[in-house]
Amino acid sequence: MRVTLFVPCFMDAVYPAAAMSMVRVLEELGHEVEVPEGVTCCGQPPFNSGYWDEARAMARPVLRALEGAEAVVIGSGSCGAMLKGFYGELFAGRAGEESAARELAGRVWEFSEFLVERLGVTDVGASFGRRVTFHDGCHGLRELGIRSAPRKLLGAVRGLELVEMAGGGNCCGFGGSFAVKNAAISVAMGEEKCGAALATGADVMVSNDASCLLHLRGLLDRGGRPLHTMHLAEVLVQRS
Amino acid sequence: MSSPFSIFRGESARVAGDLVHRRRIGAAMGKYEAARGPRQQAFRSWERARQAAAETKWSAVNRLADHLEQFEAAAVARGTKVHWCRNADEARAVMVEIIRGHGARRIVKSKVMTSEEIHLNPLLESLGFSVVESDLGEYIQQLKDEAPYHFVFPCMHLSREEISELFRERLGTEPVTDPGELTMIARRVLREKYVQADIGITGANFLVADTGMISITENEGNARLTAALPRVMISLVGIEKVVPRMADLALFLPMLATAGTGQPMTCYNTLYGGPRRPGEPDGPEEWHVILLDNGRTELLADAEQRDALHCIRCGACLNVCPVFRAIGGLSYGTTYQGPVGSVITPHLRGLQEWKHLSGASSLCGACTETCPVKIDLHHHLLHNRRNAAAERGGVERWLWKGFGAVMRRPWLYRSVLRVSRWLRPLHRVFLEGGGWDPVRAWTASRELPDLPAETFRDQWRRRQRERSPGG
Repeated sequence: MRVTLFVPCFMDAVYPAAAMSMVRVLEELGHEVEVPEGVTCCGQPPFNSGYWDEARAMARPVLRALEGAEAVVIGSGSCGAMLKGFYGELFAGRAGEESAARELAGRVWEFSEFLVERLGVTDVGASFGRRVTFHDGCHGLRELGIRSAPRKLLGAVRGLELVEMAGGGNCCGFGGSFAVKNAAISVAMGEEKCGAALATGADVMVSNDASCLLHLRGLLDRGGRPLHTMHLAEVLVQRS
Repeated sequence: MSSPFSIFRGESARVAGDLVHRRRIGAAMGKYEAARGPRQQAFRSWERARQAAAETKWSAVNRLADHLEQFEAAAVARGTKVHWCRNADEARAVMVEIIRGHGARRIVKSKVMTSEEIHLNPLLESLGFSVVESDLGEYIQQLKDEAPYHFVFPCMHLSREEISELFRERLGTEPVTDPGELTMIARRVLREKYVQADIGITGANFLVADTGMISITENEGNARLTAALPRVMISLVGIEKVVPRMADLALFLPMLATAGTGQPMTCYNTLYGGPRRPGEPDGPEEWHVILLDNGRTELLADAEQRDALHCIRCGACLNVCPVFRAIGGLSYGTTYQGPVGSVITPHLRGLQEWKHLSGASSLCGACTETCPVKIDLHHHLLHNRRNAAAERGGVERWLWKGFGAVMRRPWLYRSVLRVSRWLRPLHRVFLEGGGWDPVRAWTASRELPDLPAETFRDQWRRRQRERSPGG
């Protein structure tokens, strides 16, 4: 299958290795990966801040670039929810664009969901002898309803021990611009999440949403705490 | 005077950093969730119950005027006096008129959130009336001269020791920390007040349209005493509290208890049908129901967010909200705290003044997931943000325009990244975490991520070149 990889802006700039891991997983499964040119950000930051005109201006090129793509795969539940759910609302009542947005929704997949639900794959041949806890990004969990797919994938990784943290469904406090507009609240929420993750005794906190990791890693590193963070795709390319 | 926003910004940041508070509220909400789980399981299908409740409230709210008139007709037929009040001023005036009309001095109240909304206690006290809260939590907050912390659990932020100290200070009692003994202290004081009171003021959990009754749910029996002992009873009720039929309570009473406190049923569920009739031994001689709009019809006019009027004030969205848990109820500065408060307060009290509450959310959706009547809470926070920005965008609009201008031009985006990479070491050495750090909101508590030398797209392009036949 020809898979169009949508790499969100922060993943492109901060987590290129995670994005490249997605490419490798998909290619090793025998799929052809393409990366559309001219696409950077889906427009969620201004959308979530209430600036929908500005969000539409950013979303239009994305809609155009993804026209005709067979399957669009995203390594962030948050941007996935934007493309899959919120574009429809953002363009509601705008002839042409609304139908394009709603039609696109059916072709957009979050990475873990794509592997498990669309391709029917859970074992990608990975092995990783670590104790791992998984953090659900809220948009993936609640907007897209993805909970079991990443766990199935991690469950099939040889040597990996998956430990759930207490309050696993609780938000880590990133929330995009919320993290700077309401920094103290964001940090308090993140500290709770880090505490729960550390309490599992895991070596690594894995997430299918790179945006949460940006925040959690920042907190963990500041505290010098012994917990690594990895994107799910980075675990799935491990062959140790 | 400080704006609601500046107060919120200061208080929310202060409480968010208070680890004692965070642990106390976290533990309490953990207990709540543990109690609630099995109660939800006890429903044949909690999800279907939510759907049924949402549909019932949808029909109640979408024909609100009909239901309220039906309520009024049935209530008036049994001798109840019904007053319609558009706003806080009208409700306050009606209150004072009734109270003065009876030459009353002493007033006892059960839990009435609507009275917080219209700032009733300060008004009545300023007019020389004695007003006593009879709900234990509300009584404690009244002694503390503090607003309710949570609209279901008014003093959940206080420890037993703090309550004991408060009682010692205000009532002159001996220090005790046993919850039963603390309750007995309040009970001894309050029993006197019921007997002395001329007027009892209550709220209502439901207005039952087909029978013209109100339903009050409580655990302490204080609302029953407030309603039964004084000569005159006044119930101040928001118009959205209506349910069409008495039979609807068969769902709503256990649902309210489950979602609100994790109980199968709240201890006392009482229907009040009217004043004492000839031959009846007890009950008030007169019963007034004040139907309060106070901004609710504004919300009703908003088709997108009208479902916020479904709210049964169970407080579940507060209990699961990570923001509420972090900042506590008092930081909001509103009558209704938590997600539902952040959704409705901009409608009730002004969008521009209260829009910051809609901004103070990571949009995680835990509230929407938990709401028993399926209010689309976190999306409404987003809608409030959109409405506020459309009305008055300010400087932020230009920031987002700039952001968009960069992101729509990949070459410009790459250049900005290149400059950032170049500036990063300088930033680290000279600015990071300091007063002049432009990203201090992030760096005060978090490390900035490193920017790898190559973006994903750089790597991708190089890889494509290497793989292409000529490359």
